[in-house]
Amino acid sequence: MATDTQLALWEVFLQAKSGANYIHAGSVHASDKSMALQNARDTYTRRGEGTSIWVVPSDAIVASNPDDNEMFFDPANDKVYRHPTFYVMPAGAKAI
Amino acid sequence: MTQQQALYKYCLRLGDNALVQSYRLSEWCSNGPILEEDLALTNFALDMTGRAQALLTYAGKIDGNNKTDDDLAYRRGEREFYNILMHELPYGDFANTIARLFYSATFEYLFFSGLMNSTDETLAAIAAKSIKEVKYHMAHATDWVLRLGDGTEESHRRMQNGISENWMFTGEMFEMDEVETLLAGVSVVVSEIKAKWLSQVSKVMAEATLTLPTDTYMQTGGRNGIHTEYLGHILSEMQYLQRAYPTATW
Repeated sequence: MATDTQLALWEVFLQAKSGANYIHAGSVHASDKSMALQNARDTYTRRGEGTSIWVVPSDAIVASNPDDNEMFFDPANDKVYRHPTFYVMPAGAKAI
Repeated sequence: MTQQQALYKYCLRLGDNALVQSYRLSEWCSNGPILEEDLALTNFALDMTGRAQALLTYAGKIDGNNKTDDDLAYRRGEREFYNILMHELPYGDFANTIARLFYSATFEYLFFSGLMNSTDETLAAIAAKSIKEVKYHMAHATDWVLRLGDGTEESHRRMQNGISENWMFTGEMFEMDEVETLLAGVSVVVSEIKAKWLSQVSKVMAEATLTLPTDTYMQTGGRNGIHTEYLGHILSEMQYLQRAYPTATW
C-alpha cells in the first residue's frame, strides 16, 4: 500500500436534520480542525445531505479488533430476550 | 445611454465576472493539491456559474431581444465581454489562484451586501442568494492565505507572489462610469466599499505575515471590452460547441 502523503485523516459525521443521529459519512484530509470542517462541508454536503457536521481526528477513534469478534459479539447472538419483540405495538405508534 | 442600456451592461459585467471566474476555477478540476481542495474550488466554480446564469438570464430579459443566458454566454465575442481582467488571467499556481479568490471574494462579500439593498428586486434577490456562497468563498480563501503566508518559506514566497502579481488587477473592481451613475439606487457605489475592502485585506495580510503592494498603477479595460490575450482562448474553448453546431441541443 502506498504511504498516505496527504494531510492528517479526519472522520466526518453528518446530521441530516435537527435531533437526528450523526451518521458516519466518510473521511477527509486536513491539517487542522477548521480545514477539516471546511473540507467535510465541501466533500459531503454538496447535495443538502446535512444540517450539522462533526469532524473527529481518525486516530482519536478507538476501534474494536476483528480478532476479538467472538468474544465481543457472539455472546449476544442467542439472547433473543434482549430484543423488545415480545410486546404488542400499540396501534398508531410509528416509532418507539 | 438609456437607463435600460445601462442596466443591461451592468448585468453583463456582473454575469461575465461570475462566468469567467468560474471557468478559470473549474480548470482546477482534477488538478487540485488534494482531492478535498479540488472539490472546494470546483464547488465555487459551480456557485459562480449559477450566479452567471441568473444574471445573464436577467440581462436577456432587459435587452428585449429574447436572448437566453446561453446566447449571451456562448454567442458573444470577446469585445462584448465585460468581466474585469483579473478573472481571465491564467490561474498560475495554487497560491496565485488563492490570492485572486481572496481579493475578489472579499470584494464580492462587500459588493453583494450592498446589492441586497438594490431597488431592482431581481438584482437584490440574486445578491441575497450569492452572499451566502461568497461568504464561504471568502472564509475559505482567507484561511488559505493565512496558512500559506504564515507557513513554510516556499508557501510564503508563493503566496506573496500571488498577492503581488494580482495587485495591479484589483483597481478595476472599484471603477465606476456612467453605467453606475445612471443606475443610482440600483447599483452599488463601489468607490465607497474600497476603504472597507482595503482594511479587511490589510488585516489578513498582517496576520499572514505578507506585504500588500503599495503601487498605484492599475490595469483597466475589461469592463469596456478591452481584454488581455487570454480571454479569446477561454472563449474559443468555452464556445466551441455552440459555434461549431449552432443548433445543437441535448
